[in-house]
Amino acid sequence: MILDFSIIPGILPALLWGTKLTIELALIGVAIGLIIGSVVGIGRVSSNKLVRTITGIYVDFIRGTPLLVQLFLVYFGLPSLIGRPVPAFTAAIAAMGINSGAYVAEIVRAGIQSVDKGQMEAARSVGLTAGQAMRYIIFPQAFRRIIPPLGNEFIALLKETSLVSVIALEDLLRKGQVVITRTFRPFEVYMAVALIYLVMTFGISRLVAWSEKRLKVVD
Amino acid sequence: MIKTLGLRKSFGDNQVLNGIDVEIKPHEVVVVIGPSGSGKSTFLRCLNLLEKPTAGEIYFRGQCITDPKVNVNEVRREMGMVFQSFNLFPHMTVSENITLGPTKVRAVPLKEAEEHARELLDKVGILDKENAYPTELSGGQQQRVAIARALAMKPTAMLFDEATSALDPEMIGEVLDVIGNLAGEGMTMVIVTHEMGFAKQVGHRIVFMDEGVVVEQGPPGEVLGSPKNPRTQAFLSKVL
Ligand SMILES: Nc1ncnc2c1ncn2[C@@H]1O[C@H](COP(=O)(O)OP(=O)(O)O)[C@@H](O)[C@H]1O
Ligand SMILES: [Mg+2]
Repeated sequence: MILDFSIIPGILPALLWGTKLTIELALIGVAIGLIIGSVVGIGRVSSNKLVRTITGIYVDFIRGTPLLVQLFLVYFGLPSLIGRPVPAFTAAIAAMGINSGAYVAEIVRAGIQSVDKGQMEAARSVGLTAGQAMRYIIFPQAFRRIIPPLGNEFIALLKETSLVSVIALEDLLRKGQVVITRTFRPFEVYMAVALIYLVMTFGISRLVAWSEKRLKVVD
Repeated sequence: MIKTLGLRKSFGDNQVLNGIDVEIKPHEVVVVIGPSGSGKSTFLRCLNLLEKPTAGEIYFRGQCITDPKVNVNEVRREMGMVFQSFNLFPHMTVSENITLGPTKVRAVPLKEAEEHARELLDKVGILDKENAYPTELSGGQQQRVAIARALAMKPTAMLFDEATSALDPEMIGEVLDVIGNLAGEGMTMVIVTHEMGFAKQVGHRIVFMDEGVVVEQGPPGEVLGSPKNPRTQAFLSKVL
């Protein structure tokens, strides 16, 4: 058994091409997740019981089921329901966005609830409306606490994009699999694939640590 | 100015206020005393509708504010509240803490609000802290900012809920001085405190609460000096 890393330069372009798709999926997925998650997260602390219940069911359903099953539901299940196929890329970002939305919602909810109750009371007692109090007092403070867990969520999502390889999307992992059928060097190729994921996740976590430090200043 | 009629508040099965009838006249300083858990904070919080009374009525400047049609935001801006735990906004400077209400609620131009904030900071003796963040201030300074923040709304009445209970002993005086000065200027105030000396000095009337009812009230000399009710006597013998 001899390792042969000399094949790497030859396969790198293919892997980087897959990396591009992986990054695209993660970015679009997290963007959708942020939009859904902000709305649902605020809904989770709503004074309206119906809103709390509905958003709660969404969060529980998504977090209680595997992303792979959700992906299959959208890619294989939905077409039979709507009578036409769902493109793989659309299915992937939909499943990941909806999935990420539930996790982001929990992060947003926890962030809002981490702000001391007295802050809302002080804001209301100078006559601010509930909406103004949220906007000027609660959100800015919650935001600082949301950044680090949001970074972790992005890292988790980036790694989970590898699941889309099973619906034949040519992401980083899938590109690796394809390359192996040419090179017959699975260990070297998967090592290279793993290292590319590591570089990305490490980069994000450094970025999060840096922003955390900057936001600490006024806390 | 403020009047409560049969004010009741319960949290679940826990009956906290059991029918409170109190009237606070313009420029009057009413000091509320009583054991911990007797409902003093709940009473204050009902006055500016931070808590929704379970039953009874509250009148403020002749208007029944417990009427569901009343705009609570309009009521609250007229009643300044100072909390035991200061509750300054930590992500804003002292000046921003004070100008937020006037600019957002009363649509005062920022320049004018900042000018007023400086006057108020001067009044509470911390003009030099205008651009500091709350965490950079001592407890006494924070509470004085909180008072300035409430005054910035030009309220008709001020509510103080144990404003000095979270302070180190050496800082209690500076905050009581500020509250005392307000009393001297004729501000209508309801003050919950455990500082009996201060209560006697600035209070026009003492209200002793226990188990959600007003047990005894009257001029400081009478209530603190020669209390009639055994519960008042028992309480005072513990704190004096
Ligand atoms: N938000 C709340 N939810 C449930 N119980 C409360 C709440 N606020 C106060 N209470 C209860 O009301 C009672 C009186 O509290 P409080 O008004 O804070 O008394 P005090 O200020 O005289 O110490 C206590 O038994 C307390 O547990
Ligand atoms: Mg209290």
